[in-house]
Amino acid sequence: MFKNRLSRLLTMITSVMFLGAASAQAQIEIQFWHAMGGELGQKLTELSERFNTTQKEFKIVPVYKGTYTETMTAAIAAFRAKQQPHIVQVFEVGTATMMSAKGAVYPVYQLMADQKEPFNPNSYLSAVVGYYSDSKGNILSLPFNSSTPVMYYNKEAFRKAGLNPDQPPATWPELEAAAKKLQAAGYVCGFTTAWPSWVQLENLSAIHDQPIATKANGFDGLDTVLQLNGDLQVRHIGKLAEWQKTKIFDYGGRQSNSAPKFYSGECTMYMNSSAAYAAVRANAKFEFGVGMLPYWPDVTQNPKNSIIGGATLWVLNGHPKEHYRGVAKFFSYLSSPEIQTEWHQFSGYVPITNKAYEISLEQGFYGKNPGTDVSIKQLTRGTPSQNSKGLRLGSFAQIRDIIENEIEAILSGKKTAKQGLDDAVRQSNDLLRQFERTNR
Amino acid sequence: MAEKRVTFKKSTIAWLLVAPQLAITLVFFIWPASQALYQSLWQEDAFGLNRDFVWFDNFSRLFDDPSYQHSLIVTIIFSLSTAATAICFALLLACKADKLMRGSQTYKTLLIWPYAIAPAVAGALWWFMFNPTVGILAYIARGLGYDWNHFLNGDDALILVILASAWKQISYNFLFFLAGLQSIPKSLIEAAAIDGASSTKRFWTIIFPLLSPTTFFLLVVNCVYAFFDTFAVIHATTRGGPSQATQTLIYKVYKDGVEGNDWSSAGAQSVVLMIIVCLLTVIQFRFIERRVHY
Repeated sequence: MFKNRLSRLLTMITSVMFLGAASAQAQIEIQFWHAMGGELGQKLTELSERFNTTQKEFKIVPVYKGTYTETMTAAIAAFRAKQQPHIVQVFEVGTATMMSAKGAVYPVYQLMADQKEPFNPNSYLSAVVGYYSDSKGNILSLPFNSSTPVMYYNKEAFRKAGLNPDQPPATWPELEAAAKKLQAAGYVCGFTTAWPSWVQLENLSAIHDQPIATKANGFDGLDTVLQLNGDLQVRHIGKLAEWQKTKIFDYGGRQSNSAPKFYSGECTMYMNSSAAYAAVRANAKFEFGVGMLPYWPDVTQNPKNSIIGGATLWVLNGHPKEHYRGVAKFFSYLSSPEIQTEWHQFSGYVPITNKAYEISLEQGFYGKNPGTDVSIKQLTRGTPSQNSKGLRLGSFAQIRDIIENEIEAILSGKKTAKQGLDDAVRQSNDLLRQFERTNR
Repeated sequence: MAEKRVTFKKSTIAWLLVAPQLAITLVFFIWPASQALYQSLWQEDAFGLNRDFVWFDNFSRLFDDPSYQHSLIVTIIFSLSTAATAICFALLLACKADKLMRGSQTYKTLLIWPYAIAPAVAGALWWFMFNPTVGILAYIARGLGYDWNHFLNGDDALILVILASAWKQISYNFLFFLAGLQSIPKSLIEAAAIDGASSTKRFWTIIFPLLSPTTFFLLVVNCVYAFFDTFAVIHATTRGGPSQATQTLIYKVYKDGVEGNDWSSAGAQSVVLMIIVCLLTVIQFRFIERRVHY
């Protein structure tokens, strides 16, 4: 912090000193607020520094702002105070909020066109790019780190229970049967999940080609209504509540709070983001495998693609024009195949450009790191439908909170699945109407 | 009692002397409070690009919201339980510490320790001890036949945040009770003992009434603490969950305002909180104070 300030002060002094003599030489600082802590944050800083050494005109200053929520809130507060950064990393949940902020956001497709930087939407995976495009197919924010939920499983436990360690259960009935065998072999719980709403409802709906909300999951208008109380969703959450009683499923909290249950060997299967791969590898003291999310075979025989999570980079308005040339150059650098490949292999996020995937394939990365390609296979299977393209709902951070409140009420037996999901839909629709009103 | 009064001939110097305090009040209270009041009458998007003047719509929306009523109930249960737990334990420990002859200094020092711990750390500590998978207390509870799971069971979660919050406050209460106990004249207690009063009787008829000013003061302070200073404990542990079981009013302001970017509703909630604080203060000083013997 201190060092940062000191360097900023020094830059200020030097820029003042040279102001008269060489104002054209002054380096332009580009503020980049992000939410990547720990090793990912260090990697991001390293990538930015490498960009800074390639040219002298611009200097990217990455600043870690805390969690995704904190980063987004900080950027919004900064915008209201006219102190906004040039670039801010926003998670997928905030997409609708950012898109509606028309005067605040500088759409990426427009930025790249204005600055004459090459930018081809077709080089990105369609599952990724669809999530962040407007109705005309223009990309509004730069895809950077995307992930999708997968299922990690304990191979040793599978062996002990007489199950095939190379074949994780593909359907929910198979998973139930496997969990019972694992419990008979002495394991306390079958499976647990992280990010309950994202994995067990949003992705469940997409995989089974069921709507999350009307108006193509919100893509076609703000007058959308949540539909997460359909038959499939009610059945699935009801099943989770039933399984909770015998610990075929054991709830372990929101976000990634359930991780210790898997690491300690208490639960043998664990559904979480593909970006959790590094953490699982570091913490699991046993051999583990990665499988796709299960599906209900009586609802669909051909499961669709899952939907993404993660974040994109948004550009905020209100800076001098020449600054945006630096932003565009930095974006070109970040989306180059080499940087994308490096970031994907380092972080466990999915390769978001086709090129990055091909390079990783050629390098034999997936052979050396088995299971890291499950996410991309799951993301790219089938043709995305209206229901599996993603979702675009205003106030979604709060809506997810409401949904998870109700899931918890259902799992603890306070409400039936139908009651809980109906309540979630009703409360969420109030928020959607509120959002519609303030974003006319 | 004769009072010494200082009078200033010119009011300038008087104003100068109170100026720092006034400035602080203005900057840290009046200004933000008026902002909240102003914000509560508008409805706007997160970036502040569109705004509508809606009169009291934010308030009616709030009172129609079942989760707001739920938060109010949670806050009341949480505050009273936290205050009661912290006061009872502190009183017990203070009485025991007062009677100690040897090693009382060490004992007292150890009891004051938790107060120096940051609320977030205290929360994380209890969170870890009660973690259903790896926590020692959850392990013991399971040994006793109780399946502790604060990720799913709202009551467990509420007990957890109450314990963590009260634990931190015990030290503070302990100090005040100890000071209170030591200021009770020993002659009174000895006289009662000679008259044949048992130690329980001595406690309830002499010590406890004489401690009532302290207890009253602590009740006020503890309630205010539980209402407003426990954000860090909740944020570091349950984050208001599961299913809003530990979502106090303050935490809801944070959730709606900071996480949800709904500044209008957060403004309205802050105004309601401000009114609650005023009411609490009036009630406590008007009605409860009368029954306290000084």
